[in-house]
Amino acid sequence: MREPKLRRRLFFNGLFRAGIYGLAFGALLPLFLILIDVFVKGLPVISWNFLVNTPKATGETGGGIANAIVGSLMLVTLATAMALPIGVAAGVYLSEARQSRLAYFTRLAVDVLQGMPSVVIGIIAYLWLVRVMGKFTALSGGLALALMMLPLVVRGTEEVLKLVPAHIKEASLALGVPHYRTVLRVVIPCGLPGIISAVLLGVSRIAGETAPLLFTAFGNRFLEFSPLKPVGSLPLTIFTYAMSPYQDLQAQAWGASVVLIVLVLATNIISRVVITRWKIQF
Amino acid sequence: MKIVSTILTILAVLCLGGAALAAEELLGAGATFPEPLYSKMFDVYYSQTGNKVNYQGIGSGGGIQQILGKTVDFGGTDAFLTPEQLAKSPDNPLLHIPTAMGAVVVTYNLPGKPQLKMTPDVIAGIFLGQIKSWNDSRITGLNPGVQLPGDPIVVVHRSDGSGTTFVFTDYLSKVSPDWKEKVGAGTAVKWPLGLGGKGNPGVAGLVQQMKGAVGYVELSYAKKNNLPYAVVKNRAGNFIVPSIKSVSLAAGASMPDDTRVSITDTDTKDGYPISAFTWILVYKEQAYGNRKASKAKALAKLLWWMTHEGQKYNADLLYAPLAGDVKAKAEKIIKSVTFNGQPILK
Amino acid sequence: MRRERLFRNLLQLAAWLVGLNVLVISITLFWGASPTLRHFGPGFLWSSHWNPVTDEFGALPFLAGTLATSFLALALSLPLSLSMAILLGEFLRGRWLSNVFKSLVDLIAAVPSVIFGYWGLMVLVPWVREVEMQLMPLGQRLGIEIMPYGVGVLTASLVLAVMIIPNTASIAREVLELVPRDLKEAAYSFGATRYEVVRSVIVPYARSGIFAGVLLSLGRALGETMAVTMVIGNTNEMPANLFAPANTMASVIANELAEATTAIHYSSLVAVGLVLFLVTTGINFIGTYIIKKMTVQA
Repeated sequence: MREPKLRRRLFFNGLFRAGIYGLAFGALLPLFLILIDVFVKGLPVISWNFLVNTPKATGETGGGIANAIVGSLMLVTLATAMALPIGVAAGVYLSEARQSRLAYFTRLAVDVLQGMPSVVIGIIAYLWLVRVMGKFTALSGGLALALMMLPLVVRGTEEVLKLVPAHIKEASLALGVPHYRTVLRVVIPCGLPGIISAVLLGVSRIAGETAPLLFTAFGNRFLEFSPLKPVGSLPLTIFTYAMSPYQDLQAQAWGASVVLIVLVLATNIISRVVITRWKIQF
Repeated sequence: MKIVSTILTILAVLCLGGAALAAEELLGAGATFPEPLYSKMFDVYYSQTGNKVNYQGIGSGGGIQQILGKTVDFGGTDAFLTPEQLAKSPDNPLLHIPTAMGAVVVTYNLPGKPQLKMTPDVIAGIFLGQIKSWNDSRITGLNPGVQLPGDPIVVVHRSDGSGTTFVFTDYLSKVSPDWKEKVGAGTAVKWPLGLGGKGNPGVAGLVQQMKGAVGYVELSYAKKNNLPYAVVKNRAGNFIVPSIKSVSLAAGASMPDDTRVSITDTDTKDGYPISAFTWILVYKEQAYGNRKASKAKALAKLLWWMTHEGQKYNADLLYAPLAGDVKAKAEKIIKSVTFNGQPILK
Repeated sequence: MRRERLFRNLLQLAAWLVGLNVLVISITLFWGASPTLRHFGPGFLWSSHWNPVTDEFGALPFLAGTLATSFLALALSLPLSLSMAILLGEFLRGRWLSNVFKSLVDLIAAVPSVIFGYWGLMVLVPWVREVEMQLMPLGQRLGIEIMPYGVGVLTASLVLAVMIIPNTASIAREVLELVPRDLKEAAYSFGATRYEVVRSVIVPYARSGIFAGVLLSLGRALGETMAVTMVIGNTNEMPANLFAPANTMASVIANELAEATTAIHYSSLVAVGLVLFLVTTGINFIGTYIIKKMTVQA
């Protein structure tokens, strides 16, 4: 009597199960397609020359992306230098003074900043620095990226420090160590791997950003080490070359994509590994 | 802590060292029309003099905007400044220095890469959306030997403010009253239909990708990427193949002293009707903001080089070199660039 | 004691800097956009003319483009991300395989958007173009004009859909894991199949959390710039249908800011940025608020 109904329910259950597995694999499929495409098309392009040369004149082959690599590294360094001190300090504050009004206001601000589209942050950096200084600089690009990195650093630091077990802190205080010293010499060092992990995650996020750089760092065909000049970057190079008709440049865009993806994935994975191993301690 | 401070010190030294060691670096931005030429010129200039000239192709509209905003040392444009734009800097006028001549060609993606003949009406009709497919009688009538597919025509235009657009629409406004009324001329117009590509490369890239696409780009972009382009009927009634020769012929006789002139729809017998000059924009008085004398001098020297030794790179990239009288006018303008009232080049 | 105070003050200063930063950002946006706001008023939002030549600016085409691509992307990605969430939070819960999948999903979020854009341009666009060519006769009969551009709202939505999968997937998974065990076990003990438990117990319980994840995905999709710019066709008009090219608020700013020709053009772009900022912040707020309520509850 109940058999047919049960069979129907079991059938739907099986259908559901197949559907979930299928759709979930479908969710991952594009990722694999993209990664395979990037590596298949990009790896052949990578050579020592490619990594070390600067671009050649339009239409000539043999150019490279050294300027973009150096530019990206420089922008990331500038951004980290700007975001790290303020971000860690704010994160420390939030983990210490949980309930104060300032903490509430700061957390609100961090939430807003995290959700901000990268173009809007680019507009801000353009208005604050490029318009005021009267020129395009790596510094303005670094500022835009720092603003994007800030929420990740603040949040990450706060979370990490909250995870540090209370007894470590209390032991230090019980020994008579002043509070500020406890934080500086005990709590932060204990949480350092976690903080580093948050910073690396931030780096991985901003290394691939293009939009804010379009009107701040602007781009540069030459190797540039001064933060007061425009610089190229990997995402910008990919964007420009991808849309051009020159086959050689399109191939270079794939090569640059490989370099960028390796950079981004490496920092991402290292960040995850660091935090997992640190968490295991507790 | 020590590691951090060591790293920071090294970085600071690198940055300061980089800033100090740099020979004069000039920043320019603007038209993508001459970009293949400029990138070659500046590469050679760097290897010859060690001076870096960083040029970013963001479109003539961008070039004009950035030089007006004084965020770049020079702007590149194929659309000379209108009186309104010139009026934005009344005390320190912007000078136009021509560097080359080029052709705006109608390029398309068709099987067999045929070289099609087109009249001004046909071009206007295509870009107005009146001629919708490639085997329209107006096109096949002009090209009896060519097998044209029935594919729809996919129009590609510029999405950014473009001197190339200005030249193209200026030409169309002169030859088609319909176009003049419906669309007009400008660096950015309201296109009746079509896709937008960013820069000359963007348009060329889209045309290259899409079967049946048609767009307008500088000759170099089409030729160097094996894209076919149209042979256009000029005012004298001849079908002209865009080339260095036909572009040079389009220059015609008279040119104003400030070199701001449009040479589209030329009345010369064998001139290509969609030709144009491209210019570099600089301020006459270079001592603005906190510009240094060394930078102004480097700029003036660059301009002189571009109009003299640099000209030998034009032909390979399919740009026409400056003819004698144009060059003379350019020289005069370059010599009029001053720093604190004193001309820089004697 | 003095050092103690100094330390505290430094920390507070940092917190203030972060907070004020955001305040100054908002003020800057309003200030930059004010010429346009004063000139056009609220009509800016529903005017569909964007013509740099005649200095007429209206944000409607970009609002339409943004909303169309974002909502379509959401609809396309939802089945995929929810399935992933259910797989990880229910089927494979606690097993090592779930960590592998979770890392893979997070990897999607790590891929830079310009690479998504390039892939979309080289792979998706030709494919969509083929589809459009097949659909053209059908479209003609229905009165819809379909040009085989390949770029357009549809392609942009496809790329976006892939990019926002991780957002919903991870939030939904966390929320699903929060469902109390006894509720599920009670249902199973009644003889319910897995499907029935998911459908009738787990999902309804986690409904608001899933909704919050959806909102956060939406927030991400609204602000995405580069991947969209490369495949949307860069046309400042209202898209006639899914296959038409368009522009989003983010992509028009990326395209035109460096070369805005007049002061009003330039402030209109900032105004578009302001609108984008307000919309994304609003949506993100609602999403975060719901999640906070849910996690406090649990």
